Amino acid sequence: MGMTLAEKVWDSHLVRRCEGEPDLIYVDLHLVHEVTSPQAFDGLRLAGRPVRRPDLTVATEDHNVPTENIDQPIADEVSRIQVETLRRNCAEFGVRLYPMGDRDQGIVHVIGPQLGLTQPGMTVVCGDSHTSTHGAFGALALGIGTSEVEHVLATQTLLLRPFRTMSVTVTGTLQPGVTAKDIILAVIAKIGTGGGQGYVIEYRGPAVDALSMEARMTVCNMSIEAGARAGMIAPDDTTFSFLKGRQHAPEDWDAAVRYWQTLRTDDDAVFDAEVVLDANELTPFVTWGTNPGQGSTLDATVPDPASFPDAADRASAEQALAYMNLQPGTRLRDIAVDTVFLGSCTNGRIEDLRAAAAVLQGRRVDASVRMLVVPGSMRVKEQAEAEGLNQIFLDAGAEWRSAGCSMCLGMNPDQLAVGERSASTSNRNFEGRQGKGGRTHLVSPLVAAATAVRGTLSAPADLED
Amino acid sequence: MEKFRQHTGQVAPLRRSNVDTDQIIPAVYLKRVTRTGFEDGLFAAWRSQEPDFVLNRPEYAGASILVAGSDFGIGSSREHAVWALLDYGFRVVICPRYGDIFRGNSLKAGLLTVVLDQPVVESLWQYAEDDPAAEVTVDLDARTILAGDLRIAFDLDDYARWRLMEGLDDISVTQRHEHDITAFEAARPQWLPRTA
Repeated sequence: MGMTLAEKVWDSHLVRRCEGEPDLIYVDLHLVHEVTSPQAFDGLRLAGRPVRRPDLTVATEDHNVPTENIDQPIADEVSRIQVETLRRNCAEFGVRLYPMGDRDQGIVHVIGPQLGLTQPGMTVVCGDSHTSTHGAFGALALGIGTSEVEHVLATQTLLLRPFRTMSVTVTGTLQPGVTAKDIILAVIAKIGTGGGQGYVIEYRGPAVDALSMEARMTVCNMSIEAGARAGMIAPDDTTFSFLKGRQHAPEDWDAAVRYWQTLRTDDDAVFDAEVVLDANELTPFVTWGTNPGQGSTLDATVPDPASFPDAADRASAEQALAYMNLQPGTRLRDIAVDTVFLGSCTNGRIEDLRAAAAVLQGRRVDASVRMLVVPGSMRVKEQAEAEGLNQIFLDAGAEWRSAGCSMCLGMNPDQLAVGERSASTSNRNFEGRQGKGGRTHLVSPLVAAATAVRGTLSAPADLED
Repeated sequence: MEKFRQHTGQVAPLRRSNVDTDQIIPAVYLKRVTRTGFEDGLFAAWRSQEPDFVLNRPEYAGASILVAGSDFGIGSSREHAVWALLDYGFRVVICPRYGDIFRGNSLKAGLLTVVLDQPVVESLWQYAEDDPAAEVTVDLDARTILAGDLRIAFDLDDYARWRLMEGLDDISVTQRHEHDITAFEAARPQWLPRTA
């Protein structure tokens, strides 16, 4: 029987297998940031252990960093100490760091691909659940906890139990105004926040093949929101073109490509679960609740919790509507927001900014809305400025910031206040995620831009009425 | 890591599903660089805003076993969620299904996470609500939970159980296979990227 892509990558990284024990899997790239690493470095120090492979480890500052006045010291003392701790740890253990202010600084999942460090067939780990982003290159990319961060720093390996495999096939063609974000939000709504639990998802089919690398990263990024350990897409010419010429692209390019071309699920391979979605039927998708599975098409209304057959789903929907201050039956298009956030490791890449800028060109952000545009990396910022996108955002009345995780999780000053409501291109609408008492609707960059103009949840087509 | 063999304590019934790690500990508490002292962040929003929240009720003040609805610990990989539960005094969590990363983190950090079917979880909720002072014994050696007349068997793979019972540090176990790692490294393709 043939093998799936995930199984091929797994097998090629198997250091040791022993009956009754987890597999020992080699890690090709370890990405580190300031939040989930300090206790891991402390652990190494206490045990007198070095970082085994600093040359396969790279760090950046993203979760805590302010997106304004980045030439000043970080005002929040606790955040500053955490960032300074990362700098000390990287210096002591010999790890390459891209600090705030560096041209290559940015969100860890944006800079890895940008530097060409993320490549097909690799194993990539990071103390962050959105590491699944890197699966867009056909890498097996896993989010891990701090104990595992320490384990990888010390041994360059992870102890893992084999996962089950799931295929998500997206047939057809995306209609104009419908994006990768709508695909993944629809997948999560379909299988639920726990539907992918224990699985590595492989996204395939014509609608996935047609996606750019940026769009593929958006899809893989939110695999964790369906409960999956990872998401992957087989590498193809789109992948190779993206990588060619990047700083860390292989010198022996032809040998690398020959290997990468073998990284496909065999025709006779069998997945443990299969899901099919028709891209032709997709329309812009938004969330109404407090987990990413609580979403529906923008054309819909807020659901009645009584309509959920499962008691736990019903209770969860009731709690969500109470927190979101929404009534069943309200048209989603009638929901007014006061904040729009464009950015994050889900939608903070150059294509996302281009898409939103195209909607905002010649238009104004509604007076009732504050719009923050936060590039995913300083390189994305640089590129956007070279293309004049920053001016489009500024002319429309949006704020143009420096790179970081920002309002996706509100560890820096970019937060929602109690009762504020956002349309956000990020990945989580959990209670309080963007600030205590804040309310989040997850949307695509196109919907974010149209919503900023109208002040209520909207798609670009609504602006043409 | 502290060894875990058997634990007896009170149960806190958390009748909620989809409890994500942002609820277990909000991001603002993750700025610390220490490994302990995260108890103040545990369920911070619910504890501060909901007087009836289970951990605000004095009858559950001493609980050390948390019984929750399905999909507990989904979302962010933050191991701080496990540390906050441990620092607050929990030694065991019971629920029908966990977020994968949270589950992995818990077993590495010494918090026993047990999977039981929804009807069994509901009977434990009922048990703890009928008599909040009633104790439950979680026996990892026998993989059994005793709650009054209830005797419930649970699964945990032998390897995870052995590590918890011995309180073993994964890194020292892995370092015994140093020669395997070195051999693997010698065979890696030359064109793979290096960060330095």
